[in-house]
Amino acid sequence: MSKADILGNIRRGLKRGEATPAQKAAATRRINAHKATIIPKRSQLDQAGQIQLFRDMASGAAAEIIDIESLSDLPSAAAEWLNKHDFKTLVSASDQCLNELDWSALGDIKREQRIAQSGDLASLTTSMAGIAETGTLMLYSRPESPTTLNFLPDCHLVVLRESTIVGSYEDAWQMVREQNPDGMPRTVNMITGPSRSADIGQKLQMGAHGPCVLVIFLLKDV
Amino acid sequence: MQIKSPQFKENARIALHNVELQEALGQFKHGFPVNRANAIKRLPEFEDLRDEARDLKNHIIQNLDIYLEQFEDNVVKNGGHVHWCSTAEDANKAILDICKQVDAKTITKGKSMVSEETGLNEYLEANGVRPVETDLGEYILQLRDDHPSHIIAPAIHLNVNDVSETFHEHHKRPKTGDPQALMKEAREVLRKEFVSADVGLTGANFLVAETGSTIIVTNEGNGDLTQTLPKTHIVITSIEKVVPTLEDMSLFLRLLARSATGQEFTVYNTLSTGPKRDTDQDGPENFHVVLVDNGRSEMVGTEFQDMLRCIRCSSCMNHCPVYGAVGGHSYGWVYPGPMGSVLTPKMIGIDKAAHLPNASTSCGKCEEVCPVRIPLPKMMRHWREKEFEKHLTPKTVRFGIAGWAFFAKRPALYRWLARSSAWFMSTVAGKKGRIKKLPLAGGWTDWRDMPAPQGKTFMDQWKAASSAKQQAEK
Repeated sequence: MSKADILGNIRRGLKRGEATPAQKAAATRRINAHKATIIPKRSQLDQAGQIQLFRDMASGAAAEIIDIESLSDLPSAAAEWLNKHDFKTLVSASDQCLNELDWSALGDIKREQRIAQSGDLASLTTSMAGIAETGTLMLYSRPESPTTLNFLPDCHLVVLRESTIVGSYEDAWQMVREQNPDGMPRTVNMITGPSRSADIGQKLQMGAHGPCVLVIFLLKDV
Repeated sequence: MQIKSPQFKENARIALHNVELQEALGQFKHGFPVNRANAIKRLPEFEDLRDEARDLKNHIIQNLDIYLEQFEDNVVKNGGHVHWCSTAEDANKAILDICKQVDAKTITKGKSMVSEETGLNEYLEANGVRPVETDLGEYILQLRDDHPSHIIAPAIHLNVNDVSETFHEHHKRPKTGDPQALMKEAREVLRKEFVSADVGLTGANFLVAETGSTIIVTNEGNGDLTQTLPKTHIVITSIEKVVPTLEDMSLFLRLLARSATGQEFTVYNTLSTGPKRDTDQDGPENFHVVLVDNGRSEMVGTEFQDMLRCIRCSSCMNHCPVYGAVGGHSYGWVYPGPMGSVLTPKMIGIDKAAHLPNASTSCGKCEEVCPVRIPLPKMMRHWREKEFEKHLTPKTVRFGIAGWAFFAKRPALYRWLARSSAWFMSTVAGKKGRIKKLPLAGGWTDWRDMPAPQGKTFMDQWKAASSAKQQAEK
């Protein structure tokens, strides 16, 4: 009977019984309004300004940014990065836009479309949005984009279209709602730079449990 | 966890003599508080956000039952389960029951202070389930059979050498003093646990009523691996964490990272909404939220209600001169620092925790930096009053206060006594103006000299100034 006890205590403290239909309706109205609170001015810029702010903030959070002019340049840009690190396998999301590309530039590097496993060195995913305010990527789980790709490999490569860079978190939540009219996806990931910890002797080290490296392929599409 | 709060004074004395702890605390003061100050400089709206956050939390508390039920409805709608737990024991039992249902032997854990509060690890171990802490700091502590001394930097009391010794002993690998190598070692060891665990348990920073989502905020990514890989994800959390919408959550996220570590944003902010969908390739098949009360609902409508606004950022302890001097373990239970001095008496009883609200200089720094503007010093005073009402205050203190009250109620006598004491003290102090030993004030003079009063008492000066002013006006 814990639930009744807990709610009973709360109501006793509030000096009322169960909320009236009017009180419940007011709470529901407040929820459905999705009203934002103060949004910092720093991200209220034109699109070029937001793209630049995203770059600055993401770099500040230790993400690596690689510019690409068109999506068809992605395989060669990814190959160059993977070869530099001598990686032989790229575990990849299977978004249609990725599968349509000509991946021959990868050469000997295998692109495998599957969930990530322990030991994987590099993964590739797309992202729903970039949030300029703090240089944050927003991704969500979908059949084509399993969540393990975002956390298990040592290096996470992410494609971000400049056209999907928004100012604030609130703008991004609106996008999530629009793209998922039937309700929230199982998980939404906001990612700002690579994994880190200062738990050993108060010394900040990169690469705790999540990816040690976060590479953003920033696609110029505006 | 064994309660050591009644021994606060002894704990503090030992802590003050612990050279390594003092070094760690010395370093700590130059970390979080400086980073926070810099982060705030970069966000001109910070003070306004604090006001909004305070008001929003107050609104939530006024509608707490409504939002909690909406949260539950939406968790269930998404295929998850909510377990309402009045007590720590209820919560532990609910979690063990889930573990039994899925025949779990091992459970990986993201960082959760609520699970510290319920003593979950000890309970699971006693019942045949092996908990594995995955937050780097918590993992180190688990290997050492130790407990967090800080709510977001649990191993702040340890140095690199301590970690090096511990890893060498448990991992049986060559010893290293390089923090990067140590972290890599933990990463490798824990990867096996992440992959093989039957259940993953995390806490939650907020619960979103609108969507039935829980969110965790971590820098390491351990919480994400914990909740993504095993077949069952359990969220242990507490009732005051609910917020109405994703927009409301965003307000608190803007304040949380900046107030805590001084980061613009924590690396991973991850929302979980129900178990994996039929078409998803990975993610947990079962999603449970264990909603813990443990005394919180009783705080609604009392002088401690404002404490329910707390978002566990740790800013109050990061800036507290007492915490900075004696460290978190001195407080003797789960929550240290100013927020702990208010919460702990509620959770373990004022009879055991009376020292904590007294271990404050009332400097007010905690309230000054609290992102949701909790009047922490005022609430510590409320606990002191309760302690006094319950006759828990030691006899000497009661005698002292009664003596002071006797004089305070007789102003002429009080001023005479103040004047004579000031004269006596400055005479004893001699030319240096400092007293080495003073009867009944050993707590001060054992550690430092007492500066003697200089010149006249405040009242005498006031009188002199007033009459001079009157003369001048004439």
